[in-house]
Amino acid sequence: MALLEMKNISKSYSGNQVLKKVNLSIEEGEIHGLIGENGAGKSTLMNILFGMPVIHNTGGHEGQMLIDGKAFVPSSPMDAMAAGIGMVHQEFMLIPGFTITENVKLNRENTIKTPFSKIFGTKLDFLDRKKMVSDTKEALKKLHMDIDEFVKIEGLPVGYMQFVEIAREIDKSNLRLLILDEPTAVLTESEAEKFLEVIQRLAEMGIAILFITHRLEEIKRISHGITVLRDGEMILTEKTEDITTVDMARAMVGRQVELIFEERRNIDHLPTQLQLKDLYVDMPGEKVKGINLDIKKGEIFGLGGLAGQGKIGIANGIMGLFPTKGEIFKDGKEMKLNDPRNMLLNNVAFLSEDRKGTGLLLDDSIEYNIAYTALEIKDAFLKKIVFSQFVDKGAITENARKMIEDLDIRCTSGKQNTRRLSGGNQQKVCIARALTFGPDVLLVSEPTRGIDIGAKKLVLDTLVRLNREEGMTVIITSSELAELRQICDRIAIVSDGVIQGVFSPDESDAVLGLAMAGDDFTEVLDAEA
Amino acid sequence: MQKLKGVYNKIGFPRLIIALFLLILLVSSKVLGLSQANIWNSILVRFGMNSILVLAMVPGIRAGIGVNFNLTLGVVFGLLGALLSIEFGFTGGMGFLMALVIAIPMATVAGILYGLMLNRVKGQEMTVGNYIGLSIVSFMCIIWLLLPFTNLSLTWPMGKGLRTTVSMENSFGHFLNNLWAFPKGTGVFDTASKFSFPTGMILFFVLIAGLLWIFNRSKTGNAMAVSGANESFAISNGLNVNRYRVLGTTISTVLGAIGIVVYAQAFGFLQLYRAPLYMALPAAASILIGGATLKEAKIIHVIIGTFLFQSLLVVALPVINIISDGQMAEIIRIIISNGIILYALTRGGEEE
Repeated sequence: MALLEMKNISKSYSGNQVLKKVNLSIEEGEIHGLIGENGAGKSTLMNILFGMPVIHNTGGHEGQMLIDGKAFVPSSPMDAMAAGIGMVHQEFMLIPGFTITENVKLNRENTIKTPFSKIFGTKLDFLDRKKMVSDTKEALKKLHMDIDEFVKIEGLPVGYMQFVEIAREIDKSNLRLLILDEPTAVLTESEAEKFLEVIQRLAEMGIAILFITHRLEEIKRISHGITVLRDGEMILTEKTEDITTVDMARAMVGRQVELIFEERRNIDHLPTQLQLKDLYVDMPGEKVKGINLDIKKGEIFGLGGLAGQGKIGIANGIMGLFPTKGEIFKDGKEMKLNDPRNMLLNNVAFLSEDRKGTGLLLDDSIEYNIAYTALEIKDAFLKKIVFSQFVDKGAITENARKMIEDLDIRCTSGKQNTRRLSGGNQQKVCIARALTFGPDVLLVSEPTRGIDIGAKKLVLDTLVRLNREEGMTVIITSSELAELRQICDRIAIVSDGVIQGVFSPDESDAVLGLAMAGDDFTEVLDAEA
Repeated sequence: MQKLKGVYNKIGFPRLIIALFLLILLVSSKVLGLSQANIWNSILVRFGMNSILVLAMVPGIRAGIGVNFNLTLGVVFGLLGALLSIEFGFTGGMGFLMALVIAIPMATVAGILYGLMLNRVKGQEMTVGNYIGLSIVSFMCIIWLLLPFTNLSLTWPMGKGLRTTVSMENSFGHFLNNLWAFPKGTGVFDTASKFSFPTGMILFFVLIAGLLWIFNRSKTGNAMAVSGANESFAISNGLNVNRYRVLGTTISTVLGAIGIVVYAQAFGFLQLYRAPLYMALPAAASILIGGATLKEAKIIHVIIGTFLFQSLLVVALPVINIISDGQMAEIIRIIISNGIILYALTRGGEEE
């Protein structure tokens, strides 16, 4: 009998279906890999399994879950823990100022009764430090961790923190199923190696492991079974020995919907416009570790890859918003790094992925938002009265009126603040600002994140129009491979902070999927050729 | 109905309450037979003498440092300017002018230094400002004792150091109040029995407010407001946010210096030692009552806020003292004005 069975699990958030009839089953002592792109529904599935409040607050889910063949209906994470399910999160849930022991035993401290606690309740129990220490030592030993239990968490290498999290889980005597959410993402290669060994040892002890990752090689090596999710659907579930990493990659990326592709063009003859040489960007969570790229004048260049791998960092680095080193040339001229104003003066504009934080003045009007970059950098919308330059509100309104009409920005008027606009309309305001500014090179990050399909199409169409009609070079960074394929002339896949390769938008799913996972794709490429 | 709601939203709840309270007081003052000339004269004079100090809050808020509780810094240098002007023997218009000429460069330097410091404590400007204000006042208490002034109207008749209160009667006290006042009266603070409009002082406010208005509409003024509204937006649009924060802080400090000179000449005395401590809070309260928030401030907020706050001060005391006992008026006024500060501060993090 399977330890855990999830049957026909469906879930929708306000009408938007994120999981469609997903089935999953895990045996005791099995390592099961769960793979999928960002937004494929992995975290939602885990949230359901863990009884997270976010699920109940949004109307619960469909389908049923069985543990040992008995119905399992967790109404809170406590229920899941009681059933023997433990989870190690991607972000560490550790208290830096506490020792390893204290963190492992957090909220599960062993206690001794005292006369006071007999009267006033368990809050006044004494901590049984001896027992806590010996338990922790035991757990660390199981993980073959050679570290003292009285060391504080702060200052520990990231890899050790990961092990402390796991120690906490296995210290729970009833642990039967351990969920690991991208555990190796933050580990170095040797740490990851050691980590995988530990996982295998745990499985031998009879603990089932659900391993969420996008590193296909890893999963292929240690898991027994694999399930692939895509757009909330279960694409396949197989024994690991029956499936190759290439098949996994293909299933993970897939070609989702019928899309209208832009006409393919030959861009080989175009001159180089933007040249990146050995570029490093220190953007937290999106580090870029030395890339070289030549971007041609008038092309649409796509930057794809999984979240946290560094693709977002590239545009932010070019713009100088995060500490950057290396060289950037535009039209053969070397650019000053870490200086946004200089990039703007050289006609390079940027639409940030952080629309509300960086992209907009939420408490100012639409028209002011649209005009601002041009006003500041190009001295547009200014009029001279006597000896002082005033902002020309009339011209700003007039410009905005045209943009609102062209881009179909839905608003009561140009005087409306941008805060209350929908995501799609906010993005259109950002694009309108770039249009008003009129750059040669436009960097766009995640232009369609969080906006509905209709607006998505309009945003992409506008980018293509800018490119075709104004000859603007567009560099678009997106987590959605499908949309890159739609409009780009070339796509670079970024993984682990470096460019894995530059591909044609018609490249096969297998190759792009492998590149995204940072795996070797040359064999597949050769086979295709 | 919709329209009525729009008007209500525009005025805002706190202003409505205060305006109603003020209206009740004004009507009662009439009913109780208090001198209306006296009341309106006082309101205008108090408006004129306080408005520039309140105006000093505008550039601070717009540049993103919040309410400048360290207005004290500008005040101290304004006082120093006035003292030096008197020490050198200037009187009348020349005295007033020289006070500004001396005070403004000193306040500018102090403002720049303070601005540079605030750039290192982003997010805590208001707390830090409060404590810098306290420190600078204590520091100046020592300085007032040590400065080698010789003018006998400034120093204690015996011993060392400056007086706690310096009379400006023989220098430039009431200079702006009396300038072009009509009907030509004394225009003196709180003592006029007949109405007199303090033209000079109101015009001076209009001049300073006008300059600030022009600045707000200039490219630099816009850049400063953008820096204050959204730092990362500003950076990505090529603005040097720290420089604009220093600029806003400096303008605020300089306006504080100008403001205290205007205030002192209307009051007729320079108040030294601990007095500067009590200048920032009423100014902060005024602009918040006027409808400013910790992120947005306009000149109209200054005008509305100063008018409401000072009118309340003028009318509440006599009226409530007649209908009830003792300190009631003062207590109610303090509850209302501090309540408003609290209200604005708690609303600070809220969106719209």
